[in-house]
This record gives sequence, C-alpha cells and structure tokens, in this order.
Amino acid sequence: METSHQLPIQKEPEATLSVDPKKFILWLFIVSIVMLFASQTSAYLVRRAEGNWLEFEMPAIFSYSTIVLVVSSLSMQWAYYSAKKDNFTNLKIAISITFVLGLAFLWMQFDGWREMVNMKVYFVGNPSGSFLYVFTGLHAFHLISGLLVLAVAFVSAFRLKIHAKNLRRIEICSTYWHFLDILWVYLFFFLLTFN
Amino acid sequence: MSAVETGIHADVQHEEHVHHDPLNFWRKYVFSEDHKIIAKQYLITGIFWAMIGIAMSVVFRLQLGFPQADISWLRPVLGQWIDEAGKLDPNFYLALVTMHGTIMVFFVLTAGLSGTFSNFLIPLQIGARDMASGFLNMLSYWFFFTASVIMFASLFLQTGPAAGGWVVYPPLSALPQAHEGSGMGMTLWLISMALFIVSQLLGGINYITTVINLRTRGMTFSRLPLTIWAFLITAILGLISFPVLLSAALLLIFDRHFGTSFYLSEIYIGGEALPNVGGSPILFQHLFWFLGHPEVYIVLLPALGITSEIIATNSRKPIFGYRAMIASMLGIAFLAFIVWAHHMFVTGMNPFLGSVFMFLTLIIAVPSAVKAFNYITTLWKGNIIFTPAMLFSIGLVSFFVTGGLTGIILGNSALDIQLHDTYFVVAHFHIVMGAASAFGLFAGVYHWFPKMFGRMMNYRMGQIHFWLTFIGIYLVFFPMHYIGIAGFPRRYYQFTSFDFGKSFTDLNMFITIAAVLSFLAQFIFVWNFFYSIFKGKKATQNPWNSNTLEWTAPINPGHGNWEGDIPAVYRWSYDYSKPGSAQDFIPQNIPYSQTPESNLPHENEQIAMEAEIEAQNFNDQFKNAH
Repeated sequence: METSHQLPIQKEPEATLSVDPKKFILWLFIVSIVMLFASQTSAYLVRRAEGNWLEFEMPAIFSYSTIVLVVSSLSMQWAYYSAKKDNFTNLKIAISITFVLGLAFLWMQFDGWREMVNMKVYFVGNPSGSFLYVFTGLHAFHLISGLLVLAVAFVSAFRLKIHAKNLRRIEICSTYWHFLDILWVYLFFFLLTFN
Repeated sequence: MSAVETGIHADVQHEEHVHHDPLNFWRKYVFSEDHKIIAKQYLITGIFWAMIGIAMSVVFRLQLGFPQADISWLRPVLGQWIDEAGKLDPNFYLALVTMHGTIMVFFVLTAGLSGTFSNFLIPLQIGARDMASGFLNMLSYWFFFTASVIMFASLFLQTGPAAGGWVVYPPLSALPQAHEGSGMGMTLWLISMALFIVSQLLGGINYITTVINLRTRGMTFSRLPLTIWAFLITAILGLISFPVLLSAALLLIFDRHFGTSFYLSEIYIGGEALPNVGGSPILFQHLFWFLGHPEVYIVLLPALGITSEIIATNSRKPIFGYRAMIASMLGIAFLAFIVWAHHMFVTGMNPFLGSVFMFLTLIIAVPSAVKAFNYITTLWKGNIIFTPAMLFSIGLVSFFVTGGLTGIILGNSALDIQLHDTYFVVAHFHIVMGAASAFGLFAGVYHWFPKMFGRMMNYRMGQIHFWLTFIGIYLVFFPMHYIGIAGFPRRYYQFTSFDFGKSFTDLNMFITIAAVLSFLAQFIFVWNFFYSIFKGKKATQNPWNSNTLEWTAPINPGHGNWEGDIPAVYRWSYDYSKPGSAQDFIPQNIPYSQTPESNLPHENEQIAMEAEIEAQNFNDQFKNAH
C-alpha cells in the first residue's frame, strides 16, 4: 500500500483512449492466428527432429502463387490509397483486382495439391507431406475469410460507405489482407528452409 | 463530481449506433448483447455444469470407496451403465472421470468463472457502457452454449462419452477401436472443444480490447482494481494458449478421421499392424500442455483477482502491495508458458531438459508466495467482516497455500517419478486449482450477487455453506495425499484386485463419505442462489461499502450501466480506513478536492489535475460510437 504512494507523480493525467476498439480486436484476432501457425510450425520442427522424414521438392507452383499473393497485397494498398483520396473508381478497380488475385492464389494452391498428389506425396502418409497439406489448407481457410472481408469492403465501396472520412473498413480489410500475405510468405520460406 | 452536460441518450451521431428502443424478450434475455445478461447466462450455465460435474465425481467416488456395493438404485439415472449385479460399468467409470475433468476445467472454471465475472465486472469496474463489441460477446456465449449442448448430448451415446481422460492423449483417443468412448464420444468431444475454443477466443479478445480502450476518464492502469488486472492477464493467457489447443485438436481430428499419422506410429492391434507410420504421441503432449499449463492459471487468476478485491473490502484495509500483486500475476503468466514439460517428466524426456523445466517450475513459488503473503498481510489487523464472500476468499488463500506446497514437491523431476499419475497429483491440483478457483467463484457470486440481481443472498446460509464446503474439501483431499504417496494410481476402476491396494480401503471409504457430504452441501448454495434471485432481501446501492465503480451505478443497472455521465476516477480503489477520513471508505469517483482531511501531500498536488481529467475524452460508447 505504501509503495504506490511513493511513486513519482505524473504531472499530466494520462489519456485513456488509445486505439480504435474494432481495429484493436483485429490485431488480437491476428495474434490468435499467429499462435495457431506458430504451434503448427513448431510441431513440424519437433516432429522433423525425430527423423523418419520424407524429403521432397515443393511444387514450383507455390513460388508463383507467392508472387500472386504479394501482388494482391500491392493492389490492396492501392485500394487503401484510393479510398484515402476519395477516388472511388480506382477503389473499386483495386478491390476487384485484389479479389481476383486472391481467387487465383487459391486456385494455384489447389493446383499445388494436385501436383503433390502426382508426386505421390499424399495427405495420408509421412507427416512431412501431411504437414504441408495442413499448412496450405489452414492458410487457404483463412484466406477465404479474407476474401469475405474483401467482399464486404467491396459492397461498402459500392454503397459509398468507404471514403476519406470513414476509412475503418478499408483499414481493417487491408491490415488483414497484408497479414495473410505475410503469413503465407512466412510459411513458404519456412517450408523451403525445413523441408 | 464534475458537472457536465446531461443526458446519455442525446445525439445519436453514428449509423452503427447502439439502439435504445425497448427490445423484445428474445433480444433482451436470450440473444442479448448486454454484458450483464451475458454474464448471468454464463453463470447459470456454469452452475448447471458444476452440478453435473460434481455429481459425476460422487458416482465414481462411490465406486472407489465402496467397490463391492450394490448401486442398482442409481439405475434410473445411469441405466445400462449399471450391470446386472448392480456394479458400475468399468468403461463408464473411465468416461465419468474424463467428463468430470473436462466439465470442471473448461465448462465450469473457465467459462463459468471468467465468462461470468470478466463479462460482468470489466465494463462496470472500468466505467464503460458495455463491452467493445456486444455482438462478439453474444457470439461468444452462443458458441459456448452450442459446445455445451454437444458435450451434453455425448453423455447419452450408446457407447458413452469420451473416456480417454480429459487430456485426451493419443493413441487412446485417436483410435476408435481402442475404447468404446474413443468412437463417437471422442468425436463429439473434439467438436465441442473446438467450438469452446472459438468461444473463449471471442470472449478474450473482447475483454482485452475493453480493458485497454474503454476505461473511463482518470482510470489509468495504476488505478485499475486488481480484479480487472486479473481478468486482463487471464484473457491474454487464453488468447495465446487456446489456439495451440486448437492446433493439437485439429491434428488429432485429421488422425482420427482422415488417416494421417501425426500422432500415430507402428501400432499393432490384435497382432495386425495399423498403416500409420511416422507419428509421435509425445508431440500431442507438447501441444496439449502448452495450453494445459496456462489453462491452470486461466482458471486460477480470476479467482485470485476476485479474492484481492473482497479481502481488501472486508478487511477495511488497502490491499497490501498493489503493485507487487500485479507484478506477481504478470510473473505467473509469463512463467506459465515455459513450464509445460513438467507434466511430461516421465515421457522419456532428456533429464537435463527435465531439470530446466523443474527449475522454471519451482520459480513459480516466488510470485505465488508474494500473493499469499499479501493476502495475509492485508488481513493482518484489519476490521474483518466475515461475509460469506470474505469467508470463501480466506478459504481460497488457505487452499492456495496448502495446494501450493505440494506443488513444490511435485515440481521436482525426481520426486515426480514416484508421484506421477498418483492420487497425490489429484489431491494437489484439486486443492490448488479446483477448490481454490471454485471458492473464487463462490466468493464472487456472494459478493456481486446484489449487483447482479438487486437482491441479497441469505447471509447465514452462505456461512453454513462455507463451513461445510471448506471442511468437506479438506476431508476429501487431505487424506488423498497419503493414498498417493502409497502409490495408488489415478483413473483405476478398483484396487481390490491388487495386493497393495487392500490396505487403504477404509481411507477411500472415508474420502467418499466426505465427498458425498460436500456435494450435498452445495444444494444449500443452489437453493440460496435461485431463491434469492426472486425472494432475497432487497439490496442497497453499496451493501459492502466498497470503493469500486460498479457500486456507483444504480441498484439494477440498465443498458449502459450509468444514468447520465459515466463517473470519472480520481484515485485507486483501495482507500479503505484512510487516516483522517470520517467514513472508512472513499469510492474511486470522489476527487481529492473533496477529501482535504485525508489527503497525503502528493495527493493534494493531484487536485490541480482534476479539471484536466474531467475534460478528457469521455470514452462514452453511447456518445462516440465505436
């Protein structure tokens, strides 16, 4: 009890409000996704260290899909800048491009699975292959949720609800999309390094 | 108090604004977005689960205490699980143990405790109109409800509910042919737990956001009540650890239903090899305990926070070592993530690694001891008022010390070789985590019941409930330590078939009788609770003369909690019995300028800042919709 009285007194009262709660919720949501993938990748490492590990070349299409996703992040950023400048035509175009690139990415991931099946690396089998399916599948699942967020932003853009004075939706959308992009890049390089 | 513009219902500026129209029954009481209703939903669901969970433990205690007894009188409830001779089905015994653990740890002490009090107290104690997102909050409860329905349904399966222990270790849980409960029962268990995790994440995200962003004017972190600190740290623990459990469960689902081999390797059933090669069951244990250990603190920390508040209020003294309390909670939370392998000392772990985990585990004794000493020193020379809530809080401190001491024994990797998976472990965690957290839950209910329902619970019945439960729990779990030291393993259906097990039958009988009596004592609480909701004595606005903000709200707070402006906060919440002050408590919303007789020199300096605090952003969700 005494200790708290002896603390240096702040001369300014602290402001209590800091971040927009909805954006803060998004960041916490991202933390939980990070933990999900951190546990998956560390399980991968723990299991890999035990030996009996099938080594195979990752299908090349995953490199191309990575490029597609990075480009989609750029167009997402373009959408954000357009919204900031109240340029609605560009905003709609940019969101559409991002959406199409997202779909293309999903298709390429699916194609990657098909190539893996051709390579006789199946979901059921050595965990080294199973893990790759799980990583890509979980990421694809989250990317679909990202596409839904994008769709909401797209509809809002058409209803002119996104503009320089109301950027929250497009900010949430772009933060989430960039996160999914970074997450995939992490998974991709993780799998390259420890295959 | 500051005089500021009136009327919270004024200008609705935002399209997404919360509506104030009278809501219909469904929106008001069922699919409610109001944190107070959601808290009560959590509480009542939690009480329902607690009754089922404890009743299950009584059934398997009967089996352990009286293995030869004819329990066919239970057939109306358990049906086919009692065989022709009136004996409990051994498979169902395992299912009971499993479901008791799952229900009590997750559905009662996680959802029932955190869900109730984080929801109820966070907005009321930090001065917010509601949670950051009422919708997510509602979703959180209904995910929990769905998880509950599925788990409950699994109890009625022909093959019984999951039976591989609440830790669901593979391969037992991964192979349907391993055990009856590993079939459909385990499937439902996994679905239910996945939904439960989603519910906890939604809830936790909301708690953290609300505490950080929606505090009222002047409510700095150094003025937050310790309850809120505890809920915040609990929510952060959950946010970091529950996704890992989801991961573990996901891979288990793939192993069970798609034939992958994450956890399975080289298993022979009836001489035939399974196709699974290359998995590792230890991997599951690592993932599980990375959640499992923080989960212990997810259960315990809210109870400790509630206790801090109640002990300070009812000792009429400031909490001893406010900052030390926060620091110790942060310390416990940090250590919680780096001690998980002490559950795995006997899995063939590298002994050097074992000693590292042992060292880290034993360090937890330091922040825990800080907390125990702070509670005792807060009580020291206080004007103690023995309300039922206070009795349960003191009981919690007692359990925390008793159970903590055996934790030091179990944390030793060498001693653990003898004690692992014996009743010593059962006794340890039931006292320190089970009973202590349950006492936090009881204390919280008795203390905040007037705020929840506007009525008081019966005082005398609360005290009787306390003494019966407190004595009952010690009578159950204290002898259990001896049974554990004697080497009795947990989860065994009966011991009479082994020579070593013949010696402690009387003690097991004693424990069972004590367990039955403690179970019966809980009906006093249930009756008191439900009777008082409707017929209890009407509560006053601040029945315990407490300092925190919830007692400045109306007796039955409506949507938005405060009529008019949200109060500003000028001081911490522990100004009890301050020298110079006429009354023995000064609520947080009383500015220093109104209490010149009791101010300390540096507090007089803070008077100059009061105008600034009042001019700050209201943080009022009704005015600036977020």
